[in-house]
Amino acid sequence: MNAALLIDASYFVAAFLFIYGLKRMSSPLTARSGIVVAGAGMVLAVLASFLYTLDVNEAAKPHLSTNLTLALLALAIGLGWAWRSGKKVAMTEMPQMVALYNGMGGGAAAAIAAIELIGYKTHGSISLSLAVLGGVIGAVSLSGSLIAWAKLDGRINGTLRFNALQLVNGGLLLVLLAMGAYIVWQGGAVSMPVFAVFFALALVYGVMMTMPIGGADMPVVISLYNAFTGLAVGFEGYVLNNPALMIAGMVVGSAGSLLTLLMAKAMNRSVANVLFSNFGAAGDEEQGEMAGSQKPIDAGDAGINMRYATKVIIAPGYGLAVAQAQHKLYELVKLLQDADVEVKFAIHPVAGRMPGHMNVLLAEAGVPYDIIYDMEDINNEFKDADVAIVIGANDTVNPAARSNKSSPIYGMPILNVDMAKQVYVVKRGQGKGYSGVENALFYADNTQMVYGDAQKVMVSMIQAIKSLGGGH
Amino acid sequence: MEYSTTILTGFVALYIFMLAAFTGFEIIGRVPAILHTPLMSGSNFIHGIVVVGALWALLNASSLPEQIIGFLGVLLGAGNAAGGYVVTERMLQMFKPSSKSPKAKE
Repeated sequence: MNAALLIDASYFVAAFLFIYGLKRMSSPLTARSGIVVAGAGMVLAVLASFLYTLDVNEAAKPHLSTNLTLALLALAIGLGWAWRSGKKVAMTEMPQMVALYNGMGGGAAAAIAAIELIGYKTHGSISLSLAVLGGVIGAVSLSGSLIAWAKLDGRINGTLRFNALQLVNGGLLLVLLAMGAYIVWQGGAVSMPVFAVFFALALVYGVMMTMPIGGADMPVVISLYNAFTGLAVGFEGYVLNNPALMIAGMVVGSAGSLLTLLMAKAMNRSVANVLFSNFGAAGDEEQGEMAGSQKPIDAGDAGINMRYATKVIIAPGYGLAVAQAQHKLYELVKLLQDADVEVKFAIHPVAGRMPGHMNVLLAEAGVPYDIIYDMEDINNEFKDADVAIVIGANDTVNPAARSNKSSPIYGMPILNVDMAKQVYVVKRGQGKGYSGVENALFYADNTQMVYGDAQKVMVSMIQAIKSLGGGH
Repeated sequence: MEYSTTILTGFVALYIFMLAAFTGFEIIGRVPAILHTPLMSGSNFIHGIVVVGALWALLNASSLPEQIIGFLGVLLGAGNAAGGYVVTERMLQMFKPSSKSPKAKE
């Protein structure tokens, strides 16, 4: 049996399984089997690639047993570590784990480029260009994703900003491009230190590009780096003449780019604006005092009022997940449903830390997805709702985005919770949201504040409703 | 009959890139926002295929620097694939329709 034929056939099947798996993942009904299908493709491709041992370069033949040992060791360590960490991580910390794994993929693509270049194995200007380009993109994705991970994980606080930052970054990018062009121009025949400086600069650029971006924008950035890694993998696939890498990489490159655009659009900002503006840097002093005052209400009273409402809409935010209150919230929802209250969830596109993140967190608590609605599907229903309850959300429900042109979040689509007859806001204290903007909703006449940890508030509400006794 | 690997260069490669790009675009284009995070995670898993390229590079390494970089490449690629799979699988496990109202949202 011909090994090359077997490898190519396996890659063909793997590419089919990837695309079919992604397709299944794109509908809630089939999503769970989609990842299994794609996973089977991955296992097949990895197993088939061990057939490479039968046919390696002349120069590598003396090293084959060492290389094979190294390969098995690297696979075992990488797989073992990632499997364990992936199983352990809490659902709220999912976004940074995705960032971390994504950065690793970018690093692997950059490693392929580095081996091809320092071994002088790649020839022809197209192959060289793609090797260089994939290497840069992969390296930027690696260091950028690591910064994104560290920021979301709270290991780096604050942002690095100075006036000439964009200038420095622009200069860095130009130097990178010039060096890349030089490498291609020389047919790849440049000395080792040049390659070392080249890759080091790419890593630095990834750091510098990500540092000035605030935590609230990280989802868009992670999605962008996901697309970057895809592109890098696709390009290195060309260099290695490997169709599985080319297809999988380019599918992810385009899907990730589109996802990035959708996410930026949901925040009413362009991708360029996310990457290059100093959002949230100005602001605090130019906001005047809010008219009116925040009116507190007891959690139990708020719960009982919901029990006698006809329609309640819940607007959850990241604060809900941080307080680990989603399970208690669902318990409350079930109590309300038993009392014939119509309950719906309204999800802002950027609720949580990634689009769809809140859906995942609610799903974890067992909330069925058919009472969860996207913003555009439910925004017209708030005016018919007796109660809208905001839990741990802030900027996504700030009416200033609709009305106040001087507000930094002006123009961002928001949930129309302020149109409900009564608004309850569950909040830890009187602080501001992620963007540092005051929230006019909290001072509105129809808003009452329930101060406290979201989980404790849910428990108080549940107890208050239960104390009313059964009877419908 | 002797089989030899097809060399994918020039326009053949361009066609592959173009069709793959359209495929990715179409798959994401019609997806409800509820699945954006799992899909981002799922596509993150799929570019973990890079481990296969890293394996090839490591198996064909002929100097110490190449072996070191290749080792790192396979390690990182395997982490990408395995981590991406576990995280995506965990997220998708949670998608259960409500038992009370079996009708789909659309």
